[in-house]
Amino acid sequence: MKIVLNLETVNMEQDLINSKTLRIAAIVGSFVCSSAFSGTIDDIKKKGYIQCGVSGQVPGFSSPDSKGVMKGLDADTCRAVAAAVLGDSKKVKFTQLSAQQRFTALQSGEIDILARNTTHTLSRDTALGLNFAPITFYDGQGFMVRKKDGIKSGKELDGAAVCVQQGTTTERNISDYFRKNGMKMKAVIFESRDETLKAYLSKRCDVYTTDASGLASERTKLKDPQNHVILPERISKEPLGPAVRHGDDQWFDAVKFTIYALFAAEEMGITAANIDSDAIQKSTDPNVQKLIGNTVGNGKSLGLTLKEGKKEVSNEKWAYNAIKQVGNYAEIYERNVGPNTPLRLDRGLNALYTNGGLMYAPPIK
Amino acid sequence: MINTVKKWFDDNKNRSLFYQFITILLFIYIGHFFFSNTVTNLEKQKIASGWGFLTKEAGFPIGESVIEYKPADNYGKALSAGFFNTVKVAIIGNFLAVTLGTLIGIARLSRNWLVSRISLCYIESLRNIPLLLQLFFWYTFITDILPIVRNAFKPLPNVFLSNRGLVIPLPKSDPAFELVGWGFFLALILILIFWKMARKHQDKTGRSLPFIKISLCIFIMIPLLGWLIGGAPTAMDIPKQGRFNFSGGYTVSPEFMSLVLGLVLYTAAFIAEVVRAGILSVKKGQTEAAESLGLKPHQVLRLVILPQALRVIVPPLTSQLLNLTKNSSLAVAIGYPDFVSVSNTTLNQTGQAVECIFLIILLYLSTSLLTSIFMNWYNKNIALVER
Repeated sequence: MKIVLNLETVNMEQDLINSKTLRIAAIVGSFVCSSAFSGTIDDIKKKGYIQCGVSGQVPGFSSPDSKGVMKGLDADTCRAVAAAVLGDSKKVKFTQLSAQQRFTALQSGEIDILARNTTHTLSRDTALGLNFAPITFYDGQGFMVRKKDGIKSGKELDGAAVCVQQGTTTERNISDYFRKNGMKMKAVIFESRDETLKAYLSKRCDVYTTDASGLASERTKLKDPQNHVILPERISKEPLGPAVRHGDDQWFDAVKFTIYALFAAEEMGITAANIDSDAIQKSTDPNVQKLIGNTVGNGKSLGLTLKEGKKEVSNEKWAYNAIKQVGNYAEIYERNVGPNTPLRLDRGLNALYTNGGLMYAPPIK
Repeated sequence: MINTVKKWFDDNKNRSLFYQFITILLFIYIGHFFFSNTVTNLEKQKIASGWGFLTKEAGFPIGESVIEYKPADNYGKALSAGFFNTVKVAIIGNFLAVTLGTLIGIARLSRNWLVSRISLCYIESLRNIPLLLQLFFWYTFITDILPIVRNAFKPLPNVFLSNRGLVIPLPKSDPAFELVGWGFFLALILILIFWKMARKHQDKTGRSLPFIKISLCIFIMIPLLGWLIGGAPTAMDIPKQGRFNFSGGYTVSPEFMSLVLGLVLYTAAFIAEVVRAGILSVKKGQTEAAESLGLKPHQVLRLVILPQALRVIVPPLTSQLLNLTKNSSLAVAIGYPDFVSVSNTTLNQTGQAVECIFLIILLYLSTSLLTSIFMNWYNKNIALVER
């Protein structure tokens, strides 16, 4: 018992030191920012891996499995970038960060990319000096209801009792939604998350509301998750995406187009399994040929290179490597948060634009 | 010069004046230091301050409210809705706690062994369990044990009891009920006048009038007359079972029920002890003396025992009433929208922590002081008049 306690104090001290170093580094960093951070890709190549900041505590987005391997949508995003830039998806090191630490860690250069379910907002993009790559998960406040009630849409909730936890915007969002749709509601507002969920489970409320990804991970903790459904509506905007720091456009472009390539691959039907098949490799679609690098040019435009023997040659297989080693966006989604995972989240807004979602890649040519 | 100062300072009165003056200066300085420090720091961190937020749209829902409130109203209205919810709990809770506490306090002194032991058990167990725990217990009990809406108990026609609360029919709003309200007001004034007359009559003739019977008559008849003049409306707003909840009628929410239940049972245990102490403080000789004067038992209690016992009861009882009011702020834990709960939401949305906390302090302080003033006035009224 004593040893455990000691370990805990040691860890806490470590954390304190870490955050202190980070802070000092950030201050120093802010003086030398433009010069030190322009060559992120060169730095990454020199050290041989990408340092990726994640939460490590959100199942489905980033959390270590029983063998200590980081799993989740955020973690896979970093792997895809590593595959594209370094040719190997395993060349990633993960740093677990708290919500307070995350921005300092990125600004100070401790990490190269931040993929820690971070909402893209104006103030973060400007005042904090971040560049947001494409959104990898469109989250938003949602509703959870009991399956037995047979509710299919938020529009059927007229007159329902809703359990809410006090938050910055949670109560307001729910009230706005009911007002907008001319429906009545009865809000029961609690201070703690546990009490809120308990009241919903005791059937005091018909609906439990919080961010959809939060609903999904809360549901994994229930005794009977199959008896609860999350409705398709999202009543607030929480676009989550990876971010890099200001001042290195080449690195930003590389991250951006790696993610776009994952969307494009899904749209073109290219998966990790079929990318080497004749159907893809010998495809008559010029866009497919460009994406998988059979038609050269994209790698050169992005300025990506790989060592071949002793020569640095242009890396035209960047998208191929990412798709081959990590999978397209659909595969990443289905593997981590999709309907067959404990989180059981339908694609919804995260479907391709061709399926009524928001995922849309610009032409990769 | 120094001598005169020394002389002035040697005077006991002057010296104490001097120290008091220094203390006041120090107090003002510290107050100013904290205030200006807060203001500058808030400005530095670009945190909004001031009361402008009170007129902005609140935009959040409040589960139940005594006054009419909708999310489109402003923060000021939302906060007053929360305030009246607190007042509602305080008034109903205090009334029930005093009633129950008095009964248990008397039962504790009963000559019946079983009755007095049961009240002892009640007092000792309830006042020794933390209140928050009791609230959680009652809330879980009510929401878990009571049936869901579809299987609601129906103890009386059109009355439903489920884990969504107790729903009762309510007379449909009608101008006649305004007349009834005025009727009650008029009745109270008439009773007051009648009380003065009865006193005078007794002083003059030595005979007491049947005061209680007649005032009860006044209290019922006049509002009834108002109702009849208003056209005797009998339409009722009967609760109907909807898909999720009951609509119509009046709902006593499970949050309110468990909050009042928890507060009343907890505070009543303390009040019972206060009442017991009060009754025990009146010597047995007083009863015997009163009886030997030929007073009837109820007169002995009303005219001899109670006036003396109340002197002991009222001051500690005041503390208990204040406690109940302040403890009602635990409501936030079980989802009842009291003043603290609404203030917390306001704080979260506007970020104006200083103002919101200040409002909470101000409100509880003024409510408590008002209760105190009233109870002190009452205490003075019943105090033994010494000649």
